[in-house]
Amino acid sequence: MSETASSSTAITGAEIFCRSLQAEGVDVVFGYPGGAVLHIYDALYRQDKVSHVLVRHEQGAVHAAEGYAKSSDKPGVALVTSGPGATNAITGIADAYMDSVPLVVFTGQVPTSLIGNDAFQEVDTVGITRPCVKHNFLVKDVKDLATTIKKAFYVATTGRPGPVVVDIPKDVTAASCEFEYPESIHMRSYNPTSGGYTGQIDKAVDLILSAKQPMIYTGGGVILGKGSEALTEFTRKLGYPITNTLMGLGGYPSSDKQFLGMLGMHGTYEANMAMHHADVLIAIGARFDDRVTGNIEKFCPHAKIVHVDVDPSSISKNVKVDVPIVGEVEPVLRALIKALDAANAKPDPEALDAWWKQIREWQSQDCLKYDRDSELIKPQYVVQKFWELTQGEAFVTSDVGQHQMWAAQFYGFDKPNRWINSGGLGTMGVGLPFAMGVQFAHPDATVGCITGEASIQMCIQELSTCYQYQLPIKILNLNNRYLGMVRQWQEFFYQGRYAMSYMDALPDFVKLAEAYGHVGMRIDQPGDVEGAIKEALAQKERLVFLDFITDQSENVYPMIPAGAGQNEMILV
Amino acid sequence: MRHIISVLLENESGALSRVAGLFSARGYNIESLTVAPTDDPSLSRMTIVTSGSDEIVEQITKQLNKLVDVIKLLDMTAHPHIEREMALIKVRVGEAADREEVKRLTDIFRGRIIDVTQQTYVIEITGEGSKLDAFLEAVSPFPVLEVVRSGVMGIARGDVALQL
Ligand SMILES: Cc1cc2nc3c(=O)[nH]c(=O)nc-3n(C[C@H](O)[C@H](O)[C@H](O)COP(=O)(O)OP(=O)(O)OC[C@H]3O[C@@H](n4cnc5c(N)ncnc54)[C@H](O)[C@@H]3O)c2cc1C
Ligand SMILES: Cc1ncc(C[n+]2csc(CCOP(=O)(O)OP(=O)(O)O)c2C)c(N)n1
Ligand SMILES: [Mg+2]
Repeated sequence: MSETASSSTAITGAEIFCRSLQAEGVDVVFGYPGGAVLHIYDALYRQDKVSHVLVRHEQGAVHAAEGYAKSSDKPGVALVTSGPGATNAITGIADAYMDSVPLVVFTGQVPTSLIGNDAFQEVDTVGITRPCVKHNFLVKDVKDLATTIKKAFYVATTGRPGPVVVDIPKDVTAASCEFEYPESIHMRSYNPTSGGYTGQIDKAVDLILSAKQPMIYTGGGVILGKGSEALTEFTRKLGYPITNTLMGLGGYPSSDKQFLGMLGMHGTYEANMAMHHADVLIAIGARFDDRVTGNIEKFCPHAKIVHVDVDPSSISKNVKVDVPIVGEVEPVLRALIKALDAANAKPDPEALDAWWKQIREWQSQDCLKYDRDSELIKPQYVVQKFWELTQGEAFVTSDVGQHQMWAAQFYGFDKPNRWINSGGLGTMGVGLPFAMGVQFAHPDATVGCITGEASIQMCIQELSTCYQYQLPIKILNLNNRYLGMVRQWQEFFYQGRYAMSYMDALPDFVKLAEAYGHVGMRIDQPGDVEGAIKEALAQKERLVFLDFITDQSENVYPMIPAGAGQNEMILV
Repeated sequence: MRHIISVLLENESGALSRVAGLFSARGYNIESLTVAPTDDPSLSRMTIVTSGSDEIVEQITKQLNKLVDVIKLLDMTAHPHIEREMALIKVRVGEAADREEVKRLTDIFRGRIIDVTQQTYVIEITGEGSKLDAFLEAVSPFPVLEVVRSGVMGIARGDVALQL
């Protein structure tokens, strides 16, 4: 819906802002007003194409924009004022940077004449955000505003996506000029899709077909690059086992028999063992994070590696690879599929049979087992029930901690963009604002937020936003009265000295939910879990806060402890 | 190993801090960094002297290329190249004999004396870093009041050219 607005009369920078967003097809902006952006808010008020969602804290605005972007195929947009508005937004910006989320964040700035004067609510936003953005801009002249906004959206959404900050001084929003939104943009210093990988495809195919113990390892790049269909076709054609990173879940249907579950620190035994014993590793849109590799010295000791990634700096950063392919996952996978079809060789069926036999043996460990007869509510059980009762069709956000791992392990994602969490920065507090963004992108979908009693309190104020916009999010609070993930490490590695990991003086979450105008339910019996979730799902118009009182001592298994190799997991 | 990387980047405010910030944030060594606009005023050219293993230098070049303001770069170390650095050195030369000896050393190193007072010389000298080091060593018996070094600039020999 690219309305190429152009006009021969001068309009203000604030109006240019609105018209540019319209031209970008932006339907919702998450934000919070303040002095430096009042002209912009006035202009937003006087148009009706771009709607604005008022959050309760700027961190919530950026996370909501992330949730919107991660669950849809559009970038997220946030708008905050100068000074404290901008600093409050930093956590969200850094989160988006680590997880490559396409965002455009607009920050107000003091008038150009005051920049550098320690003016009221002045911070050097471009300086502060520089290490955690893909790029940022300070707009000093209203004549540059439209082009800069065009550039910002272009940079945020192409290549390896990421957050772009546009800092706009107040006088620029008041000044006027003629408006013309550029149709397209060329930046000589930015060429995200270089292509030119054709020579590597044949090398990759030779290696892939020579494998006796192959393994496919894919990550967030498959989700970001809309490559899951091609990935599924590629994987099924080969018949090879596949694992996803935390960020890559849903990139391949988890219910498929070739899927070995997540890998890494809290991945499955079979996925990690298959990685360790693989002779050929096909890595696609994944960045060999330390939570995945464990001890890098011991990582995949036998494997030759093919690595597909759009960002050359992801390749051979942590692990030296044999066949690097710089490109977008989708077209590269299509090229690989074509080359596989054309190849004379086929995967070695005998070797593959033996390999699958070995993998099935590892799977028989049943590494995700837990006590199903417990008198206490097991957190895994809650997630599993939620998955069953939503037929795996919900959008699920999470916060950070044990509950995040259980959500990843026990909610089977068969589709991309359904699992929204913070992997790289590991930001507690994202769950609820993520869910808001998802619900705005998918008003009729079931959106669940699997959280912990500590994380949820980090952005709890957004319950108020949820009420204002009537967002029927289902919050599943796995309340273990602990900073569970911290407690688990203290149990394993600090001889049970639980320093500051007990969550004392918790609020009554039921009353809290009610105070914000929502429905609250407290569940402390395993037998009530299913009924409560059903009841919550039946409340289609209301936000329901389900406070599950879970087993406090439950740990996340399996686990690769720090310094260990992928074949050295702690099992339950 | 030591590497000289030349970078063409947009001549925009903030571009320099992006490069400097990249090096400090990622813990890369930076021995010297020089930058100035080119004959095309929209472009700056930067020369960075750094050191690290092959893997680290590969990451450095990739990370530099990833900066949106960077247009092109060339690792000079991979090509036959020329490097030059300039130093301005102020030496106290109160005695006539000192003046003579410093003048003689300057000539040997093909430097030039560009400012003269009763008490001081300012010497301009260009060359590779090692030559500058040697000259500083040679004049060290005299009271050196100030040393200003430009940092290294580099250019590839022959047809290899870093241009748009
Ligand atoms: C408490 C906690 C525990 C964790 N435990 C685990 C764990 O057990 N296992 C695990 O896997 N993670 C775990 N993580 C997450 C981990 O920290 C990393 O965030 C994650 O492993 C990175 O996933 P990824 O490799 O898919 O990379 P992402 O961060 O998703 O990066 C995507 C990669 O794909 C590339 N890319 C992007 N778009 C494209 C495209 N269109 N085409 C090609 N390439 C593209 C990017 O350049 C990048 O290299 C945990 C996090 C937390 C907070
Ligand atoms: C903002 C922030 N601060 C601190 C941490 C460190 N941290 C990781 S998990 C965790 C505990 C989370 O507790 P809770 O939300 O109750 O989840 P649980 O692990 O109990 O499921 C902490 C403190 C973090 N990830 N983010
Ligand atoms: Mg907890």
